[in-house]
Amino acid sequence: MTKGLDAALCAPTRGEVLLAIDRISLTFGGVTAINDVSFDIERGEIRAIIGPNGAGKTSLLNVINGFYHPQQGHITFKGKTRRRMKPYEAARSGIARTFQNVALFKGMTTLDNIMTGRNLHMRSSFFWQLWRHGPALREEIAHRKFCEEIIDFLEIEHIRKVPVGRLPYGLQKRVELGRALAMQPDLLLLDEPMAGMNLEEKEDMCRYIIDVNRHYGTTIALIEHDIGVVMDLSDRVLVLEYGRKIADDEPAAVKADQNVIDAYLGVPH
Amino acid sequence: MDLHYKIFIDPFVQMGAAPDLLVQTLWEGFVSGVLYALIALGFVLIYKASGVFNFAQGIMMVFAALTLVGLHEKGVPAFLALFLTIGVMYALARGVERLVLRPLVNQPDIMLFMATFGLTYVLIGIGELVFGGNPKAMITSELYLPKGAIDIQAFGGFVSLQKIDIAAAVIASLMVVCLGFGFQKTRIGRALRAVADDHQAALSVGISLNQIWVIVWFAAGLVALVAGILWGARSDVSFALQIVALKALPVLILGGLTSVPGAIVGGLIVGIGEKLGEFYWGPLLGGGIESWLAYVIVLAVLLVRPQGLFGDRIIERI
Repeated sequence: MTKGLDAALCAPTRGEVLLAIDRISLTFGGVTAINDVSFDIERGEIRAIIGPNGAGKTSLLNVINGFYHPQQGHITFKGKTRRRMKPYEAARSGIARTFQNVALFKGMTTLDNIMTGRNLHMRSSFFWQLWRHGPALREEIAHRKFCEEIIDFLEIEHIRKVPVGRLPYGLQKRVELGRALAMQPDLLLLDEPMAGMNLEEKEDMCRYIIDVNRHYGTTIALIEHDIGVVMDLSDRVLVLEYGRKIADDEPAAVKADQNVIDAYLGVPH
Repeated sequence: MDLHYKIFIDPFVQMGAAPDLLVQTLWEGFVSGVLYALIALGFVLIYKASGVFNFAQGIMMVFAALTLVGLHEKGVPAFLALFLTIGVMYALARGVERLVLRPLVNQPDIMLFMATFGLTYVLIGIGELVFGGNPKAMITSELYLPKGAIDIQAFGGFVSLQKIDIAAAVIASLMVVCLGFGFQKTRIGRALRAVADDHQAALSVGISLNQIWVIVWFAAGLVALVAGILWGARSDVSFALQIVALKALPVLILGGLTSVPGAIVGGLIVGIGEKLGEFYWGPLLGGGIESWLAYVIVLAVLLVRPQGLFGDRIIERI
């Protein structure tokens, strides 16, 4: 768990395609948010999605985890192709995510928030849980143990019992990551995990993302505006502008791509 | 001077002079308080999980009790009727989720509130159509609810405890404890609280809103059934009973709409407060103050704590 940023430079072993997006288009009334975008995410990689504001990055994540239903195109996840999916079905099939504006359960403690991530893995019935007895108790203990490991990993032991509404922003983002990790997802979607953080917090978050990827083998797709972070972390970068894909390549190649430079800096007319 | 004496001194002198009457009044207040709490709990459950103030909760209580009694009247054995009524409440929960909540998801709260008004009249209509509108007696003995009273010689006199009141207090307390505990400590409870806090985040961890809504409305339906049986046993089962449910409003405002402990404490304050008020201060105003005293208590509390005793204080950054 102590490996630094350098570790990201050597890419983890990559395998088959985990998620394939095939010619997705998404419109809201007359506004086209995503226009005929195709790309894929391979198992074990860190995939960055970048682009100027309003490029459709978050919409793309929302399509992947079922919040938005695209008008055209198909999504193939773990070999299953479908047009639309409900959010809880996406969660059930192994997609977890965090949000741009932290979406935690504010009235609940850090531990309870992370425990909700275990919800799908819990089996025992309401009745036995009510009595805290037998298999239900054993299950609760096992899941609690799992959550404690995540809490250790993210170094948030001291705020275990604090309602998350009272935590500073940086810690809330960390708890949100913890909740997503508790789901043991195959694919982890991170929507601007470092927005609004100071340098130190950013470095911590980078470390967690790399560790998650390398130690748990979790595939990660992340949206981020800090180009330095993106170049260091990711294996491949997808660039969107006005809902279209304008580049999709390794970080170094994307950095040199004329279209990308134009999108970020503007073109002289 | 005389008036001051009657308000501030005389009632307490009476309390001291006849402690058995005081205990009797407190007991009656306690029982109706627990039952108010039970009704209020139905509101809290639904409000917490779906943000809907369910105006139909009172009618759900009458409807559940009416279904139970009505089925029994039509020749169904008592416990089978109870079982069937539970089934009806489940069907109602599913129906509400499918026909009311799902089409109105993401609409302003006022829409959902109005929809529960509609639900109220639908339930009244169905109830009258199927079982008739005349008052019916609750099938207490068939359900093995106790009758009669226990007289305890204490406090220099008699205190008479109706057995049905004892049963009501025990059953309602058990129900309240189970729900409170279930809300805090179980997987479904955690999911309920998660949904109450943030719909989007709840969806992202794999909680199905539709399923949670069905569970919540079913739980509220069960609470309504128990409340209906217990209130019905103390009076008759008729649509007039929904007036009792209106008493849950001051309880809710007192306790805060989102708090289970608040519903309990609020219920007890209202129940005991109105019985004491009626008995000791009522004659001063010609009696009958029980029907509005609760609202006065609530007004007084709201002046000091606008969010209720236990409610979440909503602070927003401007």
